[in-house]
Amino acid sequence: MDTDRERHRARETAFYLFTQQSLPACKPVLTPGWVIAIFLFMGVIFIPVGLVTLRASHCVVEIVDRYDIDCVPEPSRMDKVSYIQDDSIPKNCSRFMKVHKYMKAPIYIYYQLDNYYQNHRRYVKSRSDKQLLDGQKYHDTSYCQPVESNNNRPIVPCGLIAWSLFNDTFEFIREGAELKVNRKNIAWKSDRGHKFGKNVYPFNFQNGTLIGGGKLNPEIPLSDQEDLIVWMRTSALPSFRKLYGRIEEDLDVDDVVVVNLMNNYNTYSFGGKKKLVLSTSSWLGGKNDFLGHACVFVGCSSLTLAIIFVLLHVKYRRPYGDMSYLPWNRKSFSG
Amino acid sequence: MKRYVYINDNESSHELYCDNRISNRKYTVLNFLPKNLWEQFSRFMNQYFLLIACLQLWSLITPVNPASTWGPLIFIFAVSASKEAWDDYNRYLSDKKANEKLVWVVRQGIRKHIQAQDIHVGNIVWLRENDEVPCDLVLIGTSDPQGLCYVETAALDGETDLKTRVIPSACMGIDFELLHKIKGVIECPNPDKDITRFDANLRLFPPFIDNDVCPLTIKNTILQSCYLRNTEWACGVAVYTGNETKLGMSRGIPEPKLTAMDAMIDKLTGAIFVFQIVVVMVLGIAGNVWKDTEARKQWYVQYPIEGPWYELLVIPLRFELLCSIMIPISIKVSLDLVKSLYAKFIDWDTEMIDYETGIPSHATNTAISEDLGQVEYIMTDKTGTLTENRMIFRRCCISGVFYGNESGDALKDTKLLNAVAGSSPDVVQFLTVMAICNTVVPIKSKTGAISYKAQSQDEDALVNAAAQLHMVYANKTANILEIRFNGSVIKYEVLEILEFTSDRKRMSVVVKDCQNGKIVLLSKGADEAILPYAYVGQQTRTFIEAVEQYAQLGLRTLCLACRELREDEYQEWSLLFKEASSTLVDREWRIAEVCQRLEHDFEVLGVTAIEDRLQDGVPETIETLRKAGINFWMLTGDKQNTAIQIALSCNFISPEPKGQLLLIDGKTEDEVCRSLERVLLTMRITSSEPKDVAFVVDGWALEIALKHYRKAFTELAILSRTAICCRVTPSQKAQLVELLKSCDYRTLAIGDGGNDVRMIQQADIGVGISGREGLQAARAADYSIGKFRFLKRLILVHGRYSYNRTAFLSQYSFYKSLVICFIQIFFSFISGVSGTSLFNSVSLMAYNVFYTSVPVLVSVLDKDLSEGTVMQHPQILFYCQAGRFTVSLPFLAFFPLLYNRASESEYICWMVWSIFVPCNCCVCDHHTCLCLREK
Repeated sequence: MDTDRERHRARETAFYLFTQQSLPACKPVLTPGWVIAIFLFMGVIFIPVGLVTLRASHCVVEIVDRYDIDCVPEPSRMDKVSYIQDDSIPKNCSRFMKVHKYMKAPIYIYYQLDNYYQNHRRYVKSRSDKQLLDGQKYHDTSYCQPVESNNNRPIVPCGLIAWSLFNDTFEFIREGAELKVNRKNIAWKSDRGHKFGKNVYPFNFQNGTLIGGGKLNPEIPLSDQEDLIVWMRTSALPSFRKLYGRIEEDLDVDDVVVVNLMNNYNTYSFGGKKKLVLSTSSWLGGKNDFLGHACVFVGCSSLTLAIIFVLLHVKYRRPYGDMSYLPWNRKSFSG
Repeated sequence: MKRYVYINDNESSHELYCDNRISNRKYTVLNFLPKNLWEQFSRFMNQYFLLIACLQLWSLITPVNPASTWGPLIFIFAVSASKEAWDDYNRYLSDKKANEKLVWVVRQGIRKHIQAQDIHVGNIVWLRENDEVPCDLVLIGTSDPQGLCYVETAALDGETDLKTRVIPSACMGIDFELLHKIKGVIECPNPDKDITRFDANLRLFPPFIDNDVCPLTIKNTILQSCYLRNTEWACGVAVYTGNETKLGMSRGIPEPKLTAMDAMIDKLTGAIFVFQIVVVMVLGIAGNVWKDTEARKQWYVQYPIEGPWYELLVIPLRFELLCSIMIPISIKVSLDLVKSLYAKFIDWDTEMIDYETGIPSHATNTAISEDLGQVEYIMTDKTGTLTENRMIFRRCCISGVFYGNESGDALKDTKLLNAVAGSSPDVVQFLTVMAICNTVVPIKSKTGAISYKAQSQDEDALVNAAAQLHMVYANKTANILEIRFNGSVIKYEVLEILEFTSDRKRMSVVVKDCQNGKIVLLSKGADEAILPYAYVGQQTRTFIEAVEQYAQLGLRTLCLACRELREDEYQEWSLLFKEASSTLVDREWRIAEVCQRLEHDFEVLGVTAIEDRLQDGVPETIETLRKAGINFWMLTGDKQNTAIQIALSCNFISPEPKGQLLLIDGKTEDEVCRSLERVLLTMRITSSEPKDVAFVVDGWALEIALKHYRKAFTELAILSRTAICCRVTPSQKAQLVELLKSCDYRTLAIGDGGNDVRMIQQADIGVGISGREGLQAARAADYSIGKFRFLKRLILVHGRYSYNRTAFLSQYSFYKSLVICFIQIFFSFISGVSGTSLFNSVSLMAYNVFYTSVPVLVSVLDKDLSEGTVMQHPQILFYCQAGRFTVSLPFLAFFPLLYNRASESEYICWMVWSIFVPCNCCVCDHHTCLCLREK
């Protein structure tokens, strides 16, 4: 008796079940009813979600202005590269942006570069994270090639990415009054706190014969150089937007914003485009119709499939678990 | 080449032959690392990964941290190296234990206790009861006055019954003290691994009286790892030592078997490798072109005008490294892991425990479980595999009178009992042959009951039956047999034993009746080995009828015969026999020839019929597996009629209207050829009809067919779902397996005895039944089971699940690697074909190990269908086997696979870019979240 009960208990244990490959399990059987129900359910869920998403995306107001060609004076347009490389020519330029829809603060200002390969292997690798955090205390800057030192003194921050810092600047004027642009908190908090040193100051930067992009104020520590931090978070795609600042005032319909910009950055040599983007945000982020379209598409196709399956099911109804439908049984029926 | 062993001569043999140190180790401490690494690197996959890992050390081209390849690589190597090291260490420990065991050895005429490893060839070793034999010895003395001793050879051949060993005649009667000083020479062949042969000669030096050459056989030896039983002491001369013993020579690592799936994975790996090279070349060229046309314009990349000489190689090599993840490094480790679990599931399965003996099923080879699900042909032995191998004497026919026909049990037939009580001379003679024409050893227990130790189940059945019919084989002391019949004791002296061989198919003894001094030859054997040799004029018709009638009932028949010999005839023959027994070359053949001279002009006494019952569940198992599309072949040493009867009773073939048996027979080439062609023709015609057609072939015709008409026979083998091959030898069994394997069929061989070992080792999967014929087959097999019926569960449940799981796991491994690789390749096109890695080292490693490898291992518990469903509809297995097509056509299967993967990763890429890139612009602090790796 006793041993029987013990044996029974042993049989109960999970390990025994495991060794006998008989752990409790379930396997859904995809009967037509289930399949149709699942597709219907997916349709019912996805279509509203898609519509809501689309609506959110449509609420976002976005103004895009390409300025790289228009900001080059008419006579220089034949040879834009020598224009941009000539320091003696003033590079200021004014653009007018008409607000076609009410824009609620905060309005994000982005610059967008197209055909710019921040993801090029030579480019992405050319930086030293340790140096950005520790400054000149960190000596091994071999990763930074080819921009690692100048006149035998290290460059802080070293590397191609920092060297090619974007240096166009923008000012915004509405109805004669300057719009306040908040340029703080545009970089990731973690970057400011943990990746760029608080006591690391630019040193020997852009002192070489070959000047890349923008210069840095040597008085400000790297952790506060937010333009640099934003720039150094390299983009994965050759066409990207980077945050420049925020306008913390609402813009009304038909307001005209005058943008005074310094067109310093050279994208002309490789045919890149420069754009200025003003955009509001919704709970979903920026303007993005894809998510909504995708959801609606998935929802619609699920519904369609559900309907097709219902029709098929009604037309070719058959009982479940009928052995005679098994392929080997069928074969023997036909001969 | 021969070796001369000088007995008790310490000096001469030291340098010539090795000492008794046993070493099974593969490695030593010093050569472990290089040897093991060399072995591991002989695999293509490992070489490939090493190359990749080395390339990654070059920081100019490496896209990720070298640790992401070196880490897993070192891990994988460490795992397999430590497994090897552990196995080798255990081997070392067991060697050490054996080597340091103390044994008594004669040194300078005195017995000394020394370590087993210090035994040299020529030393005299003393053993006590229950000692293990340390090396191969030639017996020279035992405690038994007749020079007998008993050994248990279980470790050698798995047979648990005791075997008698006898000292050579030359050493007979040497007293205990003299054995220490004995001198002589043993002329023996060089070490080999045949444990059934030892053709040697012994000559003792003076002052021994008998210094003629004395022949030695395997009966005069005790081999390493046997145990001495029922004998107080024994001593012998070491002839083979250390790794040169018969056991040491036969030890060897068998070729590892490769499953169909493994072969497929290797092929797929090769195909992916080729594809990878193509991708690398395309991307490398594109990269160099893009660099020269576009990248030089991009001032922020600062491409130097003039690069180093290897500049053109840099980008292709970078892509090679990026694409190296296409071949999953984890697949080997994951597969080894799950395969060992499949094996464990087989060991653990309580439904495959033989409750009669308590023996669970066991998977010796852990690597081939999924092949069980791919079996197409099962080659099965008959005796002990389909049947129980428990022989029971049922009927007999003595000089034309049938006994046991009514009741089905001759032992209860009053006719026979009356005949025995009346001492009818024919019956007495018949019973005498039953009782003493054998090699059985009677053992008297303390209570006086007699039990028999027999090597063959048939002999056991006969002796026991004779005992029940009051002809009790009571005692055997040396050459004197004691028989008790109806209260009187009859003594016989055994003069010669002509042992059973599968070629002669009979065995005989020559005995001398101690009462009247008559010399008689007693024989028993298969009908065709006895009946044709009956003396001229004897009517054998009734015996032939009896044999046929018994075979129809599925009984095993033996014919018993005797012949009286004249004294001079025996003496003359005896000399010849002695000479034949001491030849060193072709001894077996010579002996057979000499035996032939004596075994003729028989007076046939009668026929015995022994029943061997079918095992439980055999017909159901065969029917189920047959439904699953598996073809059965029966390969048996038994005779045709018996085999056919057994086949009928276990659903192997169907009876007449539904089934049809086609016979291939003939004694000459022409006959066999004609018969083969006829069968082939019938087979072709009937192949479209739903009729069970089977062919039956015997050993002789098979020999000719395999030799001269191999092509026709192969065609027949492919056409025929069922075959019965009777009277086949072990090597023919192996040849048949080989034949089917060469037609690209997956074969499974199942058997229980020593004669099935070759077939089991030859087949893709060998299954041994741990039965009554010892463990020999079970040891050689990949799987051992207790009963034939477990085969159903082994194939349908374990084989099928293993196959499905491995298939899923390996497909998944390739799938996940290809997906991530294609994302990487598409990213290359938008990152200036410069070889930027989209993923950083940690994510990549985490993807390979934590996200995709470890969780997927859970699929080892996956069951697509319940066990009950599969058992009910075994046809499912056939559909599972359809996956086999991918084995022969890896390329056709491969390209759609690639195509799917490609579009899938395209889709994933597209989704990621479209959704997250713009979204994150605002969500994640207004930046692109998809950021590149940072160094």
